[in-house]
Amino acid sequence: MPDTVDNPLVQFQNVSYSLPTAANIIVNLNLSVEQGETLVLLGESGSGKTTTLKFVNRLLIPTTGEVRVEGKTTTAWDPIALRRRIGYVIQEGGLFPHFTIARNVGLVPSLSRWDQARIDERVRELLSLVGLDPERFAERYPRELSGGQRQRVGVARALAADPPLLLLDEPFGALDPLTRASLQKEFADLTARLGKTAIVVTHDVREALILGKRIALMHQGELVLLETPERFLASTNPQARAYLETLNYEPQKGTKGTKDI
Amino acid sequence: MSFWHFLQLNWPELLLLVRQHIVLVFIAILIAVIIGVPVGILLTRHRALRGPVLGIANIMQTIPSLALFGFLIPLPFIGGIGSRTALVALVLYSLLPIIRNTVTGILGVEPSVREAAVAMGMTDSQVLRQVELPLAMGVIVTGIRVATVIAVGVTTIAAAVGAGGLGVYIFRGLRQYDNNLLLAGAFSAALLALAADFLLGLVERQFTSPASRQNKRWPIAQLLVFAVAAVIILEGGYTLWRNARDNSTKTKPVAIGSKDFTESALLAEIVAQMLEARGVSVERRFELGGNLPHEAMVSGTLDLYPEYTGTSYTAILHHAPIGDPRAVYDQVKQEYASKFNVEVSPPLGFENTFAILVRGEEARRRNLKTISDAAPHTPQWRAGFGQDFMSRADGYPGFSKAYGLKFAEVREMDLSLTYIALSSRQVDLIAANSTEGRIQTLDLFQLADDRHYFPPYEAVYLVRQDSLTRVPALREVLATLANSISTEEMRRLNYEIDGNKRDPKEVVREWLATKRK
Repeated sequence: MPDTVDNPLVQFQNVSYSLPTAANIIVNLNLSVEQGETLVLLGESGSGKTTTLKFVNRLLIPTTGEVRVEGKTTTAWDPIALRRRIGYVIQEGGLFPHFTIARNVGLVPSLSRWDQARIDERVRELLSLVGLDPERFAERYPRELSGGQRQRVGVARALAADPPLLLLDEPFGALDPLTRASLQKEFADLTARLGKTAIVVTHDVREALILGKRIALMHQGELVLLETPERFLASTNPQARAYLETLNYEPQKGTKGTKDI
Repeated sequence: MSFWHFLQLNWPELLLLVRQHIVLVFIAILIAVIIGVPVGILLTRHRALRGPVLGIANIMQTIPSLALFGFLIPLPFIGGIGSRTALVALVLYSLLPIIRNTVTGILGVEPSVREAAVAMGMTDSQVLRQVELPLAMGVIVTGIRVATVIAVGVTTIAAAVGAGGLGVYIFRGLRQYDNNLLLAGAFSAALLALAADFLLGLVERQFTSPASRQNKRWPIAQLLVFAVAAVIILEGGYTLWRNARDNSTKTKPVAIGSKDFTESALLAEIVAQMLEARGVSVERRFELGGNLPHEAMVSGTLDLYPEYTGTSYTAILHHAPIGDPRAVYDQVKQEYASKFNVEVSPPLGFENTFAILVRGEEARRRNLKTISDAAPHTPQWRAGFGQDFMSRADGYPGFSKAYGLKFAEVREMDLSLTYIALSSRQVDLIAANSTEGRIQTLDLFQLADDRHYFPPYEAVYLVRQDSLTRVPALREVLATLANSISTEEMRRLNYEIDGNKRDPKEVVREWLATKRK
C-alpha cells in the first residue's frame, strides 16, 4: 500500500494488539496520517477500527509496535497533555448530562485554566460555528436537545481548545439520514476551513466517500486498502467491492454520482 | 393511665430520649459516610478489593444487632458500655448500604460519559469530582437514606448497652409490662424513621429528578437537612462545652448502675437521690443487662451498683452455694476487697432470693408446701424462666439437679412476663424474685426451698474503693442505708412501680421523705 507521507501528524508502526481473551484484534498495522487530511477508518463491526482510533489518544496501548503523535510515541507522552491536544467526538456526543451546553463545550479550556471571559467568548464562537445560536442553547441541558443538536455540541466541544487533531468515532451514526447528510457536509467544510487533521471511524461507506481524503479499509484487524475515494471506487479489492455493491454501484462505471446519493 | 395522660406527665423525659436517639443516629451516619464514601470510591478504582470489602460489610450487617453489641463490650478501647460502644456498632451497621451504593452509583455512570471525560484529558480526580460523583449522588444519597432508617431501628437496641435513646422506654415497657412506655418508645422511633426517610428522600429527589438538577438556588430539602444538622451539632457542641466546664470546676459525677429489673433500679435511685441531696452530681446508668454492671464497675466505668451476696458468691466468685448468710457475706466482702478493690456495704436488711412460684390454687389443691412436694408433678408441667436464671450456674442447671426435676417443657422468656404467664396458665412453675409485689396480687404461692439449694441473697451495695475515697459522702450514705429496708417494704416499693405504674423517681422521693422523719 503506498503511504507516501512526510512529517505525518500520526503514525502507526507495526502495531499489533491482543488481549488474554482475544488474539489478533489488530495485526501489524502500518499507517500515517498527514497534517490537514481527513482519514477515514472504514470497516464492519469487529474490524478493529475503533480500537485503532483509541491508540491515538492513548485510551489503549498497543501490545507491540508504536503509535506516534507529533513525532512522539504515545507512551512517551503525558496522557493528560496528549488528550488535551486532541478533540474527541463519539456517537451521541458523550455530553455530561449534568452540565449546561456552555459548560460542556468549555470543558477542556476550563481544565486548561483559561480565564472565564475567554472561555465564554470561545463557547459563543464555537456554538455559532456549528450552527447553534448561543443565546438559545448555551444554558440548556443536553437532554433538551435533539440528537443532531447534541452531535453538533459534541463537535463544538472537541474544537474548543483548538486542538490540531480530531478523532471521531461514528459521530453521525445515530442520526436520521437527512440530518446526517447535512452534518457530514458541514463537517467537511469546517475541517477544511480550520485546517484540522481528523481521523474518522465509520461503517458507512457513503460517509467515507464524502468525508475522507483517504479511506483506510480495515478487515479483521488488518489494513486491507488505503486509497483516495476515487481509487476506492475503482478498486478490485474484494472487501472494497463488497462495500461498493451496497451502493449498487459497479466499479467499471465513472466516479461521478457519489453526490446524488 | 391513659396514653395521653402518660405523655403529659413524661414528655420531658421522652424528649430527652428522642434527642439522645437522634444524636446517636446522626453521629453514626456521619462517621459511616466519612468512612464509607471514600472506601466506596476506592473500591471503584480497585476491582480486586471489591469482593472482600463488600463481603465484610455484608457480614457486619447480617450479625444480629444485639449479638454485635455483645461482641463489642469486652473489647478494649472501643468496648465497654455507653454511647461509644453503641456508636461503633451503629457505624458498622450503616457501612454496607453506603459503601455499596457509592460503588453502584459511580460504576453506574454512563460508560460513554466517563470515556469522553477521560478522552478529553481529565485526570482521575477530575473525573471523580466533576463527573462521577455528581452523577452518582442520587444513588449515594439513597444509600445514606437506607442506612439512616436502619440506624434509627438498630439504635433502639443501644439502650441495652446503656447508651440511652428510645430503646430505654421500649425495654422498660417490656420489663414492667407497661403499654404506655412501649407505645411511647416504639411509636416515637417509628416516627423518627419516617421523618428521616422523608427528609432524605427530598434531598435524594434533588439529585435524581432531571428538572431539579437545574435548580441553581439552594433547594428547600437540603436547607431543612442542614438546619436539622446544624441544630444537632450546635446542641451537641454546647453540651460538650458545658460538660467540660463542669468537669473542670466540679468533681467527676458518681456513676451509679443498676441491673435491668425494677428493684435494682429502685435501690440505685435511692443512693442517687441521697447523694444529690448532699450536692454530689450523679450519672445514672441504669438497666444494664447480664454481667454488664460487674464488668463496668471493675473497669472503672461504674462507681457503684446494688447486688446480692448470693449472686456475687456463686455467679461472680464461682463458689458452690452454701446456706449461711453470715459466711457468704464475709467471704464476698473479703474477696471483693482483695480481687477487685471493691467494698461491700452493710446488708440493706432484706433478701431477694429466687422464689419458686406456682399458682395459689394449684398449691392448695395438691397441698404443696415445698419444692420437694412439687417435684413428682414436674414431668407434667411447663416451666418459664428468665434469661438470668437460665444462664447462671446457681440457676436452673444446679436447681434442677439438686431437686431431680424434669419438666415437660422449659421456656426462656423475659423475667417480667413470667408472672402473667404463670397466672394465665401458659406455664405452671416459675423462678421469680421473692420481693416481687405481684406474688400476693396474682395469688401465687412460693414453694419453700427445703433442701436449701439457693444461697442467701442479701441485698448490698458494691462500691469501688477509689470512689469511696474520692466522694466522702458515699460512705455516709451507705452507712445510713444499712439495715434500712425490710422484705415487706421492698415488696411494697416494687409493687408501687410494677403494679401501680408509678414513676420510680417519685416513689423513691416519697420513701426518702418518710425515712427522714
